[in-house]
Amino acid sequence: MALSPELCKKMYKDMWRIRLFEEEAHRQTSLGSVVGALHMYCGEEAVAVGVCGNLRDDDYVLGTHRSHGHCIAKGAKPSEMMAELFGKSTGTCAGKGGSMHIADFSLNMLGANGIVGAGIGPATGAALASKMRGTDQVSVCFFGDGAAARGTFHEGIGFGALWKLPVIYVCENNQYQQWVPRSNVAVLDSVADMAGSYAIPGISIDGQDIVEVYEVVGQAVERARNGGGPTLVEAKTYRFHGHSLGDEEQYRSSDEVDSWKNDRDPITLFHTVMAHKAWLTEEEDAAIQDEAKTEITDAVKFAEESPYPTAVDVTTDVLAPEQEVA
Amino acid sequence: MKTLTFSGALCEALHEEMERDESVFVMGEDVITHGGPYKVTDGIAERFPERIFETPIAEAGIVGLGVGAAMAGMSPVVEIMYMDFVTCAMDEVVNQAAKMRYMTGGQASVPMVIRLPCGVGRLLAAQHSQIMESWFMHVPGLQVVVPSTPSDAKGLLKSAVRSPDPVLFFEYKRIYTSKGEVPDGEHIVPIGKADISREGEDATVVAIGPMVQKSLEAAVLLEDDGYDVEVVDVRSLSPLDTETICESVNRTGHAVVCGEDSSFAGAVSEIAAMIGENCFDSLKAPVTRIGSPHVPMPFSAELAKHVVPEVANVTEAVNRVMA
Ligand SMILES: Cc1ncc(C[n+]2csc(CCOP(=O)(O)OP(=O)(O)O)c2C)c(N)n1
Ligand SMILES: [Mg+2]
Repeated sequence: MALSPELCKKMYKDMWRIRLFEEEAHRQTSLGSVVGALHMYCGEEAVAVGVCGNLRDDDYVLGTHRSHGHCIAKGAKPSEMMAELFGKSTGTCAGKGGSMHIADFSLNMLGANGIVGAGIGPATGAALASKMRGTDQVSVCFFGDGAAARGTFHEGIGFGALWKLPVIYVCENNQYQQWVPRSNVAVLDSVADMAGSYAIPGISIDGQDIVEVYEVVGQAVERARNGGGPTLVEAKTYRFHGHSLGDEEQYRSSDEVDSWKNDRDPITLFHTVMAHKAWLTEEEDAAIQDEAKTEITDAVKFAEESPYPTAVDVTTDVLAPEQEVA
Repeated sequence: MKTLTFSGALCEALHEEMERDESVFVMGEDVITHGGPYKVTDGIAERFPERIFETPIAEAGIVGLGVGAAMAGMSPVVEIMYMDFVTCAMDEVVNQAAKMRYMTGGQASVPMVIRLPCGVGRLLAAQHSQIMESWFMHVPGLQVVVPSTPSDAKGLLKSAVRSPDPVLFFEYKRIYTSKGEVPDGEHIVPIGKADISREGEDATVVAIGPMVQKSLEAAVLLEDDGYDVEVVDVRSLSPLDTETICESVNRTGHAVVCGEDSSFAGAVSEIAAMIGENCFDSLKAPVTRIGSPHVPMPFSAELAKHVVPEVANVTEAVNRVMA
């Protein structure tokens, strides 16, 4: 699908929705309304939005501990996500999952994940299901550069390659694995280079450039839908905030962070592209940001006004309700 | 003696053991930066730069390398950032580390410590809050220890490092910052020895990890009900100090066993069954278990508060067995 001005505006807005959701969630932690972990996605928005811009509603997405962006890009409602972060019963997972476990099965968003690298096998399995059922749905698995060291990466991609499954492996290489620079714990700088071991295409792209993300992943999605098998896409990116809450960030300089924020902000970069093409007027830009702001303000209101789950909810959902075996 | 936090005591034990024995080394994710996720490995990189490794995110690799290094004469202390992730290395723990000595007819020794930060801390939901001590108790060839005080944390870690066999070292995240008196220098707490944290005559509360402190608080409250409660800190779950536990229960005639993990097929169940078998004649009421319900840890604080047992659960249980 070629990039139209309409699609660009939608994607631009989604990037803002993610950015503002994250900043608001962070603000809510300082107010004590949101507790637990918060792995912010700011700085990486072009990856989630550029990838999901190619997906249909029925395509599968699996994520990571840093998945608020993936969820919003796949269509999850910020109101329900915020309620989840607040631990409310109206949350995407009824308050049982929290930040690291947001899932929305009505959108085939099969879940964020607290275990690094854990989505790769299941994403490949969802692709196997598509193939067996004869649909042309694809699966996308997002994971960080850290996940490429896990056995799940090698085993999952091995299966995807072996059986030519319709899956796109999207590595968000933000160059850090919690507090450790990738260069300290990995021999290969590029995760894409690992694709050769499975004889699938591996492509390294600029994850700050949403146009490149959209186009490269678009080709991978098309290949997958047409039986061409998996692709490993590595998007080089950067997280603007610490790994999670309370990160002292002694492992990187504020100069480095500032230079990414100032020169490589994916939203600013996309804005420049659109302005250059005259696809976005100043009024439209302001309206987009206003609408996104209102949506996030409403999301907080929804979360605040929602009820908490109660004691009876503790024991539900462990297993399906008892049923007669037909 | 000095006052240390639980994590500070562990850190001191590691420093002392690394100073004492050059075969001791530390390996784990993020163990150098910021002094490690829990500050337990703080300062080690500065003092022993050759003997601390910050690893890729690869638990099977971490534990697997630990097994090999141990068989080849080293004494690895590996950290699994959250105990939940040890499930990613179960072959290495269960089929490799645990079985080596036996399968090789006593030739192999795997002197490895696997440190397992566990339980609820900040609310991190189902994949970052587990305990599962009983999984490892069930495996012959493994030792399972659970200190509840800074002093025992130091003493047990030193024993664990010196043990010729693998030790699963459970560290409850929520007590890392708790403080207590810790003896300086050589302070050894043997594996397999329980501790009577408080003496009493009417009922025995056998407690695991943070439930020890909660049981001690419950014991104070129970004085008002007229009950003199003894609290036994198990400290080691495997091997289990059946002697100390049974001696206490035989004296008091009442037993409550409490832990934070799910009681269903949990550590408390093994202890309760052991008491039932050995102390039947002295028991004046059935043994009672306290643990969490058999559910994954929910995220919402409003749900989690119904899952983790607290002081009130202990007082209630003691009142029940005494009634
Ligand atoms: C199996 C496993 N090991 C360790 C962790 C702890 N942990 C959570 S996120 C993280 C760093 C992940 O780095 P990366 O995959 O690059 O993702 P990023 O955070 O950079 O997005 C670690 C070590 C975990 N959640 N799961
Ligand atoms: Mg990373």
